Amino acid sequence: MTATAEPSVNEFGQARKRKEDARLISGRTRWTDNLTLPGMVHLAVLRSPVAHATITSIDVGAAKQAPGVTAVFTGRDLADEQGSLPCAWPISPDMVAPQAPSLAVDRVNFAGEAVAVVVARSAAEAHDALELIDVDYDDLPVVLDMEAALADGADLVHPELGTNRSALWAFDSAEVGTGGDVEEAIRGARDNGVVVKRRFRQQRLIPAFMEPRSVVMDPTGEQMTLWSATQIPHVLRVMIAMTLGVPEHKVRVIAPDVGGGFGGKLQVTPEEIITFLVARRLGKPVKWTEGRSESLVSGHHGRDQIQDLTICANRDGTVTGLKVELLADMGAYLRLVTPGVPILGAFMYNAIYKIPAYHFACTNVFTDKTPTDAYRGAGRPEATFAIERMMDELAAELGMEPLELREKNWIKHEEFPYTTISTLTYDSGNYEAATARAKELFDYDGLRAEQQRRRAANDPVQLGIGISTFTEMCGLAPSRVLGSLSYGAGGWEHAAIRMLPTGKVEVVTGSSPHGQGHETAWSQIVSDQLGVAFDDVEVLHGDTQSSHKGMDSYGSRSLTVGGIAVVKAAEKVVEKARKVAAHMLEASEDDLEYDRGRFTVRGTDKGTTVADVALAVFAAHDLPEGVEPSLDSDATFDPENFSFPHGTHLCATEVDTETGEVSIRSYASVDDVGTVVNPLIVDGQIHGGLAQGIAQALYEEAVYDEAGTLVTGTLADYLVPSAVDLPHFTTDRTETPSTTNPLGVKGVGEAGTIASTPAVVNAIIDAVRHLGVRDVEMPCSPQTVWRAINAARGQVKSTSEGSTETAAGGGLGSIDSQHGGAR
Amino acid sequence: MTRITVTVDGVKYTDEVEPRTLLVHYLREQVGKTGTVVGCDTSNCGACTVHLDGQSVKSCSVFAVQADGSEVTTIEGLARDGRLHPVQQAFHDNHALQCGFCTPGMIMQAIDLLGDNPNPDDEQVRHGLEGNLCRCTGYQNIVKAVRDAAGKMSPGAGPAAEQVSSQARSGVSGGGQ
Repeated sequence: MTATAEPSVNEFGQARKRKEDARLISGRTRWTDNLTLPGMVHLAVLRSPVAHATITSIDVGAAKQAPGVTAVFTGRDLADEQGSLPCAWPISPDMVAPQAPSLAVDRVNFAGEAVAVVVARSAAEAHDALELIDVDYDDLPVVLDMEAALADGADLVHPELGTNRSALWAFDSAEVGTGGDVEEAIRGARDNGVVVKRRFRQQRLIPAFMEPRSVVMDPTGEQMTLWSATQIPHVLRVMIAMTLGVPEHKVRVIAPDVGGGFGGKLQVTPEEIITFLVARRLGKPVKWTEGRSESLVSGHHGRDQIQDLTICANRDGTVTGLKVELLADMGAYLRLVTPGVPILGAFMYNAIYKIPAYHFACTNVFTDKTPTDAYRGAGRPEATFAIERMMDELAAELGMEPLELREKNWIKHEEFPYTTISTLTYDSGNYEAATARAKELFDYDGLRAEQQRRRAANDPVQLGIGISTFTEMCGLAPSRVLGSLSYGAGGWEHAAIRMLPTGKVEVVTGSSPHGQGHETAWSQIVSDQLGVAFDDVEVLHGDTQSSHKGMDSYGSRSLTVGGIAVVKAAEKVVEKARKVAAHMLEASEDDLEYDRGRFTVRGTDKGTTVADVALAVFAAHDLPEGVEPSLDSDATFDPENFSFPHGTHLCATEVDTETGEVSIRSYASVDDVGTVVNPLIVDGQIHGGLAQGIAQALYEEAVYDEAGTLVTGTLADYLVPSAVDLPHFTTDRTETPSTTNPLGVKGVGEAGTIASTPAVVNAIIDAVRHLGVRDVEMPCSPQTVWRAINAARGQVKSTSEGSTETAAGGGLGSIDSQHGGAR
Repeated sequence: MTRITVTVDGVKYTDEVEPRTLLVHYLREQVGKTGTVVGCDTSNCGACTVHLDGQSVKSCSVFAVQADGSEVTTIEGLARDGRLHPVQQAFHDNHALQCGFCTPGMIMQAIDLLGDNPNPDDEQVRHGLEGNLCRCTGYQNIVKAVRDAAGKMSPGAGPAAEQVSSQARSGVSGGGQ
């Protein structure tokens, strides 16, 4: 038997350095674009420069004659086999959805849509030949503004649909029976309380993963093999089969090293389908790798909503109702989960608060822009932003301290489990504890005192404090809930454990990491479960041949669903081993105790290990009657509930009232993500999440001009923050274990992004609220902030919308919107 | 086509390249140094950073022909005798990477930064890495890693520091001027 290291301590909770790093820090990486196969040719994509047009002709003659060119294809060439790109989330029975060809055939509906492809010996030759393709476009009216798109007689993105409205999805607590009627609550508050209305704009964002997308398709084997920089190799295989009618068992999908995703690689892309079809037709391996500007213009975008909110409360601050009306920009097509993204937010606007009446309605709208879809948080950042901004607005209106207003309304720790007005049951949480710790880390009282001093001194640089007490739903998801939301698949995850004769372990997971560190975390989990050393565990993932079954990684689901599947598989291994161990020890199974890999006979010093049992099973010379010679086990876990991480984020900003420049002075977050497998990884997830949420608040926006051209199509224009643009984060955790899984874990991947955006914007507004500013549109660039300040001073026209209604005699601390506040 | 001779990670290569070929494409496609990656097309992201005659460059903004007669060090040429460069080690120790796509460029730039300023504070590290984008980490652990490496590479800090000085002598560390 080979030496197997003894596990010394419990792995769970250890800050293990990552297994993944060794290859990543030394350049031994397996990005899809690194692959080279014998005979491989390269594909380049010609994209529409116009947002909406009929394709009247495409001349590919010159391109076909160019040096090194193997083939040129247009949409017409693939029309019979390309099918329509899948949308797996038809949110309502009457949802309107257009055909979504991978390669445009007759019409383009957004600038960046693929219209032709060249295949050549080298990528450079393929790109050269793109310039020789001559496409004639007949311009159509461009639809960009959601409200205009919904107006009577509006120009249509898809004339054949007869409307730009894709769907309306609504939830009403009075209709469902979970609460009261919000209109009644608003009427009541008008008479005897406070009603605050605001309109917020969730600007369009781009996921901007660092590794550009890449696809390699090898059609030469019996199983056609597709490598892709994807988050979802398993879903992709099923969708290729369903979309193209290819037998599923003839397709193998591999996600090798994948350089980030953030939802942006949760997609079945046109380029995957095109590369698949072209390679199959040519009978040769084909590679497509995008450039960054291609990625920004054609990979799906995120957010892009207009949010109209009305919140009403009693004068003592008790919230009595919340009404949410959204317009959500789908872009030109419905991609994999496009329609469902804003709907995920529907359950989160009530957040951590006990809101007795709630109405949510979301209208999904087509425009001639790049399709939107999941981006880190997907619907929940929008919801959290809106409710946390509204709580600050309500506090200002009531003249209440904003944390006190929150505390007055939030669910107390002794009230869990708590079923919310939007029908979710929060299993656990402790908002008091997280908030108390955050206040302490942040020196909340000290900063409030400084803020008062600087206001009194009329400091040109004002200090603002922003709060975000958030929760989110993640760990997507219980299959029955997804079914009730008309999602096209389940939310389970698969894992398998293979016990090798030498006591080493292979763990197969359906989760598909792209930077998270699952190889490390899963090894820690299995080490504890089976009593094997961390280094004796190998995690296999991202290849439908080795990891044949899975639902992949998104929605902060990997640990809470996939990790639990690993636990369940390990439990089955132990149960199988127990029978054999009892036989080996000549004891009754009932007399065996098991602890971290070791079976002992109760009351004796006799024992054996799972590793020893694995060897005995391998030999299979002497097994109990009816026991098959294998400990290998698999499990498919379907959670009973989402997980609900929460936390309190506090941000202090310095706002220069003369220039509009914002700098983050300090940022403290206390997150409760349940129990923690690896604090190093969890902290890293929080840091990265904060960076992306702060980036929405301050820097990033996908901007289109009036012709529908993306003008932020490079990283020089789309402002992904650098190290100098972000502050040091002070982070800590409270731990309230989830009660719905055996590890007590909750998701962490999206929490930082969801929580941070409103904390920053609330801080900016808090710095200048005394000047009459009530909103600043994101991203809060110096110009936007400067304009908001000057609009409040009555010096320039404001672009911010909003109104406040108060009952007669009310309005303590309220802002006079007619006359611009304090000045 | 133009004939160039370039020493990459200590090995001399003579190749024909198109005049328009970027150094990064030469490294990846002709020399096989796929550890160096392409993250953008506007020289913003820094993922392709390598050392050219001891100085960090974004290899997407250098033509291969400009490297003729030069020495190039990539992420693949940093480790010595199976030992990681202290900056590589620090990135691992401080969880300064997640997806790892920016990491080769980030490490090469960090080494260059420490050559210019062996003992930077947080702000100096952040400014020194301004041209390298990371989407995963929020930079916090990258800053921590670079300062950790600085401590381990400082004079008298032991074997790790010797490793760097030996590289500086051979002209491939990129840390020195």
